[in-house]
Amino acid sequence: MIALILTQARTKLGHFGHRVLTAASTPIFIVLGVIYLLASVVISVANQGTLLSLDALDTIMSRSVGLGIVAMGQTVALVVGSIDLSVAYLISVGAVYSSAIMQNDPNRMVIGVLAVLAIGALVGLANGLVITKLRVNAFVATLGMSFILSGVLNASFQNYSGAVPDQFQTLAYGYIGPVRVPFILLAAVVLGVWILLRYTTLGHHLYAVGGNEEAARLSGIRSHRVIITAHVICSITAVLTGLYLAARIKAGAPWIGPDSHYDLESIAAVVVGGTALSGGRGGVWGTVAGVMILFVLDTSFNSLQVNEFLQNVARGLIIIGAVAAYTYREHRRRR
Amino acid sequence: MTQPATDGPLLLQMSGIGKSFFGVPVLSDVDFELRAGEVHAVLGENGAGKSTLMKILSGAYRPDAGTITFQGRPVTFRHPRDAQLTGISIIYQEFNLLPERTVAQNIFLGREPRRGPIVDRAAMDAATSRLLAQVDPSGTIAPNNLVKQLSVAQQQTVEIAKALSFDSRILIMDEPTAPLSPHEVEALFAQVRLLQKKGMGIVYISHRLREVFEVAGRVTVLKDGRKVATVAVAQTEMTALVRMMVGRALEDYFPPHATQEELGDVLLAVRGGNVTGRLHDIGFEVRAGEILGIGGLAGSGRSGLAEALFGVDPFDSGTIELGGKPVHIRSPRQAVRRSVGFLTEDRKLEGLVLSLSIRNNMLLAMRGMGRLLDSRLPHPVSVRELAASVDLRATSLDQEVRFVSGGNQQKVVLSKWLATRSRVFIFDEPTRGIDVGAKAGIHDLMRSLARKGAAIIMVSSELPELLGMSDRILVMRNGSIAGELPAGAAEDEVMFMATGEKSALSA
Repeated sequence: MIALILTQARTKLGHFGHRVLTAASTPIFIVLGVIYLLASVVISVANQGTLLSLDALDTIMSRSVGLGIVAMGQTVALVVGSIDLSVAYLISVGAVYSSAIMQNDPNRMVIGVLAVLAIGALVGLANGLVITKLRVNAFVATLGMSFILSGVLNASFQNYSGAVPDQFQTLAYGYIGPVRVPFILLAAVVLGVWILLRYTTLGHHLYAVGGNEEAARLSGIRSHRVIITAHVICSITAVLTGLYLAARIKAGAPWIGPDSHYDLESIAAVVVGGTALSGGRGGVWGTVAGVMILFVLDTSFNSLQVNEFLQNVARGLIIIGAVAAYTYREHRRRR
Repeated sequence: MTQPATDGPLLLQMSGIGKSFFGVPVLSDVDFELRAGEVHAVLGENGAGKSTLMKILSGAYRPDAGTITFQGRPVTFRHPRDAQLTGISIIYQEFNLLPERTVAQNIFLGREPRRGPIVDRAAMDAATSRLLAQVDPSGTIAPNNLVKQLSVAQQQTVEIAKALSFDSRILIMDEPTAPLSPHEVEALFAQVRLLQKKGMGIVYISHRLREVFEVAGRVTVLKDGRKVATVAVAQTEMTALVRMMVGRALEDYFPPHATQEELGDVLLAVRGGNVTGRLHDIGFEVRAGEILGIGGLAGSGRSGLAEALFGVDPFDSGTIELGGKPVHIRSPRQAVRRSVGFLTEDRKLEGLVLSLSIRNNMLLAMRGMGRLLDSRLPHPVSVRELAASVDLRATSLDQEVRFVSGGNQQKVVLSKWLATRSRVFIFDEPTRGIDVGAKAGIHDLMRSLARKGAAIIMVSSELPELLGMSDRILVMRNGSIAGELPAGAAEDEVMFMATGEKSALSA
């Protein structure tokens, strides 16, 4: 399987330049570059340091990891034409239960991780089943799930509960050679979802169901299974983000997911990256750019000490502007 | 060039096929056969049962009666996929392709060649290239083109390649030339002949008689859900086919046409109307009290004309006069303000808000116009009077409109435009999907509306309705008005004008 990907990648490499220039996500990376350069100029002019250093990049990347992982799952949900609003509380579930189960005991690390992944898979399965079998709109189904998770969490835990062992914190603070472990984690998730969407049959079927469920069904694709699988994947990325946050702050608390607005921010990153809310179009690299745009803005505003409310106004304008630009391009092409 | 009737081996035999929907028979006792290497045309008016027959063959419907034998074996299809895997493919008028995916991904959707969980793109692209080489010899389509980047003709070629990829023995083409330019039609025919040489049997559904004579060996004519005849194309002629298709007595009841005294002044006049790529040089007048019928084949611009008049897809150039004054109609809102009402072809999608009550649907357009219109209404509109004026039958005016019959839904749409005091009414397929008894009611309403001084433009693909209702008929072809016929015209006159076969008839 790996060999096949490699041969395919090699045959493509000759066209690599062409592919990069024509790839659907190229414009958003140009936008990212422009924003990054503009922000760097403004920051150095204002004498607030620089964005153009490895340190600054390291900061931006580190802050991107949590959102980046769950945004990958959200990309899968949006590609299949669904959406997941329950990720924020599911992130809290991942963080809280992992630290509560591990109880600072290195021997309980494996069981903690496995238990949390299982919870994630079950929540995703429940979301998918409610959406496909009970025919509840995805927005409503996952919003409901979000309330359920928040209720369960707040009833069981009031504050930071338990702790993850120091070894587990390697996930957030460790290095392999010169590279931070969290970057490797994020890269693994990005590559995994990229391969899934681009090279596997499941990926092809995710796009097909998102593009036209009826056409997919008439081609013999079991669309319900595809939608359910998408939600399982999305939920697993949410608990992964939860595990990462637990490693970073040593313990989970019920509010860490919703306080960072992982639900809306993950959707924002995905749509800024060019994945259609209606499904069937988009991909991983756009989302990567979307996440980075959000954090480049965040980091620059912070170092310029811009008022937090103004930051939100700017973020809102970027999100709306990006999606309007996609629609405009699409419209013009059709003319 | 007429193809000889082939004597290849029998591929398919359908016998005694019957199908009813809600107790209304749409097909009864239809026989159809297809030989390898044959192009067999199926002709018939709208509602003759062509599509139902083809949907049965392609597995979308299951027949109530009759048997299907494929290559000597009896078959039953539970799902379109069954038929496809057996070797029967259908290309619908609306292609079933994913615009955001590549040609190869579309052709192999659900059957991607793979190694483990990974799609073998190289194999998929290579297989697609091989398929495309057969049907697209000039190589204009690449396996990794996105479908949305292709022209309609190219998309059709992709559908044909997809059929080849299933090793289909039978290909059903539903009005394949409708969206194509003449040049593209030639290319399509070349593809059809190629498939024929491979021994594929092709079912060719079309209104266009000239095409039937060009590509088909045999033709089966359906009328009112029954088979009229199957004849070899070489042994028949156009007039005979047209008679078979339409040769029925006008037995339906229609209200009397307008008398000369009932016709008033010109209410609506269009001159030199163009919509780029869709309509060319449209010019006509309608008088108060008159019902002007618009006929023509699917894709001839009938509905486009209605949409242009109502500002949905407005004229790019040309003038519209209402009551002698030039007006601009660039949006539906402007049309409604100028007292034009549009009863769309698809009531459920475009005419009604199904989840709202009858009352709210009736007032929908009037409320949308707000105060601007209030001044023109001397009295508040009475929903009860509206309901009475269209003879609406419903248990309550607060009933959700989706629960009333098709005929009553059409009456609700009509009330909507009566509430805004419309004077010009555009009816697009006024009785589509309405059962026979209720049709007469709608027809009576249209005539009484005209008698009260309204101008009515009626687009209809049903010839009896077009002839029975219209005081005058405009026939459209390729986006232009091909000609005008008086009230007493015959069905074949309309058909010949619509297909452009008049010369062939007189020759």
